[in-house]
Amino acid sequence: MPLLGKTAGGLYWMFRYLERSENTARLVGAGLRIALTRWSSGADEWSSIVSTVGARDEFLARHRGFDSTFVVDFMLRDRSHPSSVISLVEAARNNARVVRTALTREVWEAVNETWMSLKDVLDSPIRPRDLPMILGQIRRQSAYVRGAMHGTMLRNDLFDFARTGTFLERADNTARILDVKYYVLLPSVVHVGAPIDNVQWETILRSVSAEHAYEWLNEGDPDPSRIAHFLILDRRMPRSMAFCCDKILDNLRHLEADYGTRMPSLDMAEGISAQLSNRDIGEILEDGLHPFIQTLISRMNALGCQIEKDYRFTA
Amino acid sequence: MNGETRLPFDEMMADAGDVRRAYAGYRVWFDGQAPRQLRRKSAEAESLFRSVGVTFNVYGSDDADERLIPFDIVPRILSAAEWERLTRGIEQRIRAINAFLHDIYHRQEIIRAGRIPERMIAENAAFLPQMIGVSPPGNVYTHIVGTDIIRTDEDDFYVLEDNARTPSGVSYMLQNRETMLQMFPDLFSAVRVRPVSDYPKHLRRCLAECPPEHCTGRPVIAVLTPGIHNSAYFEHAFLADQMGAELVEGQDLRVDDGRIAMRTTRGYMPVDILYRRVDDDFLDPLNFRSDSVLGVGGIMDVYRAGRVTLVNAPGTGIADDKAIYSYIPEIIRFYTGEAPLLPNVPTWRCSEPDALAHVLDNLKDLVVKEIHGSGGYGMLVGPAATRRQLATFRKQLIAQPEIYIAQPTMCLSTVPIFTRRGLAPRHIDLRPFVLVAPHRIHISPGGLTRVALKKGSLVVNSSQGGGTKDTWVLEE
Repeated sequence: MPLLGKTAGGLYWMFRYLERSENTARLVGAGLRIALTRWSSGADEWSSIVSTVGARDEFLARHRGFDSTFVVDFMLRDRSHPSSVISLVEAARNNARVVRTALTREVWEAVNETWMSLKDVLDSPIRPRDLPMILGQIRRQSAYVRGAMHGTMLRNDLFDFARTGTFLERADNTARILDVKYYVLLPSVVHVGAPIDNVQWETILRSVSAEHAYEWLNEGDPDPSRIAHFLILDRRMPRSMAFCCDKILDNLRHLEADYGTRMPSLDMAEGISAQLSNRDIGEILEDGLHPFIQTLISRMNALGCQIEKDYRFTA
Repeated sequence: MNGETRLPFDEMMADAGDVRRAYAGYRVWFDGQAPRQLRRKSAEAESLFRSVGVTFNVYGSDDADERLIPFDIVPRILSAAEWERLTRGIEQRIRAINAFLHDIYHRQEIIRAGRIPERMIAENAAFLPQMIGVSPPGNVYTHIVGTDIIRTDEDDFYVLEDNARTPSGVSYMLQNRETMLQMFPDLFSAVRVRPVSDYPKHLRRCLAECPPEHCTGRPVIAVLTPGIHNSAYFEHAFLADQMGAELVEGQDLRVDDGRIAMRTTRGYMPVDILYRRVDDDFLDPLNFRSDSVLGVGGIMDVYRAGRVTLVNAPGTGIADDKAIYSYIPEIIRFYTGEAPLLPNVPTWRCSEPDALAHVLDNLKDLVVKEIHGSGGYGMLVGPAATRRQLATFRKQLIAQPEIYIAQPTMCLSTVPIFTRRGLAPRHIDLRPFVLVAPHRIHISPGGLTRVALKKGSLVVNSSQGGGTKDTWVLEE
C-alpha cells in the first residue's frame, strides 16, 4: 500500500504535537512542585520554564511578570500561544483528521477523546486546586493515545513516521531543558559546601519526570555531571538524547529496509548518533556543554527538515 | 397546498390508532422498553457519534466548531414491497438520466426531437462544453446518486431531487445502523432488517468496474476531498478508509506523464480512478475556475484523453439541475420508452410567463427554490414565510424569474421521534444511495431518512435543524 507524503507528514506532526503537549504539562508540573516547596525561587523557575518552550517574548507581550497563574494559563490553555497544551492537542487532532484513514479506530478515538476532554477542562481558567488533577489528566490522555497506538497500529512505515516524530520532539525537548539550564550543571558552579539539593537540579529532573529514576540509578548525592550524563548519554533513560537518537535511527533504518532506498536523513541521524556514542561526560563538559547542546539542537532540526524532504511530506 | 386541510400521512400509525404492518414488530419491542432506559440510550447515541467524530461543519457559522446531526433512535421502516417499488422507479430514472447525459454531450437527439428546449441546455451553467464528445469509461456518468424521495400517502412517493453530482450522507446511513446495532442488539433479532454495511464494498466494486482503458490490473482508487474544513470531510475520510482507497487533496496530486499521480513517500504514483468530492468548478484551475486550490491543474485534459476515471463524470449537474428536473418524466419516456414509475413533484418553471403568473398569485402556498441552490438555502417555504419574506421573494422572482422554480407545499409523511414525552410525529424524507456500474444498478436497502425535529416543520436539512434516523427495509 502506498503511503501519501502528506499522510506521513501528518502522522509525524501529530505525534510531535502530542509529545510536545505532554512535555509542556511535565514542565508545568515541575514548576508547580518548586512553587509549592521552594516558594522563594518560584518566579525564577516559572520564567525558565517559559524560556524552555521558547516563548519568553510571547509571554511578556501578554503578561507583566512570571506569576504562576499567568504561566499556567499561558502554558496550558492560551489558544493564541501555539505551544500551549490546548493548541498542541488541537493541532494533533487536526493532523489526525487529515490522516484519519491511516489511523486505527482506537487511535483516532483516543486522540479525539483527548481533545474533547481537555477542551472541556481547559475551557475556563484553572483554579490552583484543580491544577494537579488537570496535569494528571493530560498525562493519562497521552498515555492512552500511546497505548492505543502500540496496541493496534501495524508496524509498517506509518509507525516509523509516527515514532520518528515522537523521538525528534522528545530529543528537542530534553535539549531545550539543558539549553536553558546548562549553567547549573557546569563544574565551576559546584563550590565546596554548596547546597546538596540544588533546586535547579530538581527542576531539571522533574521536567523529564526522572527524579526517582535518577536517584535509583545514582545512589547518593545528586551531582551535576551525573545529571548531565543521565540526560545526554544514558541509554536506559527514555528521554535522554542518546536514547531518542537510537530510536530515530531504528525507525529510519526500518524505512531504508522497507523502501530499499537509503536517504540522506539516515546519514544525518548516524552522524548525530556518532556524536553521542563512546563519549564521556567529563570530556563533553570540558569541551563546553553549551556549544555541545546547541550543536545537537541544530543538527536535530536539520534532521527533521531532511526527513520532510526525503519522504515528500509537502509538494 | 393540501397540507392544511388534512393530517399528514403517518408511516407508523394508521388513522384508527392501529400500528401499520411494517412497524408491528418494532412496536412490540418498543412497548417492552422502559422509557427511562430509552432516554439513556438516546444520550448514549450522541456520545457514540462524538467519539467516532461523525460531525459536520456548518458553513457560515462563526465558530469553527463541529456539530453533530441529531440522531433519533426510532427507525424509519419500509416494507419489502414498498422498497421493491421504489427501487424499480429509481433504477428506471437513473438509467434514463445516464442515457440523457450521454445524449446531451453527443448527438443531442432529445433536443432535435423537440422534447427539451435547446436553451435549457445551452444557457445552463451546469452544462460543460468540455464534455462534448467525451465518453466516460464504462459509459457511466453518474456512478453515485442520492435520489431524494418524499412520501405523502400510503402509495404516493415522489422524487424531489436527483442529486447526481456529489451526493453526501451515506456515512450517516452506515453510522446510524452501527449505532442502532450497538445500542439495541436485541431489536435486530426481533425484527429482520436488510443489512447496509456492505455499501463500501459495493462502492469499490462499482468504481473498479469503470477503469480507464489502459488499466488492466487492480485499479488504484483515491477519494479527492477539499480537506478537513469541508462540511462532509468526515464522510470522505470514512469512505476512503472503508474502501481501502487513498484520501487525497488537490495538493497531493499532479499530472505526471499524461496521468494523474499522487505524491507518496516513495515518489509519484499514478491513480486510475478518482472519486472526487470536489465540484466541477473547482476541479481544474486550468480548465475551470482559475482561483481553485482544491483541484488539479490539467486534470480535465487527462480525463478527456481517457487516462483517468472521474467519479461522477464532470458535467452531470446538467441532469440534476432544478430546471431540468421538471423535464425528467419526459426524459424517462424518451430514453426508456416507458411511463415513469415514480412521479415528480409538480413543478412550475418561473422562466415561463404563465407559470410565473401562477406562482406569484399563489406564493403563500408554494415552495420556491433557486435552480442552483442546495441545502435548503435560498428557498422560500410559502406557508411558513412572513409577509416580509413573501414580499422580498416576490421582488426577486419578478427581477430574475429564470433562476427559480416553484412547487406545491407537499405534505411530507411523518414518523414518530422519541422525545422526553414519548413518541411524537415529525416530517421526514428519504435519500436512498444508488451505485451505477456499466451493466447494473445497486441500491442500498434503506438510505438516509432525514427528519425535521421541530414540530410541524417541513425542512429536514441538517443545516436547518434536521436530524436523521436509521432506515430499515424489512426482509420479506
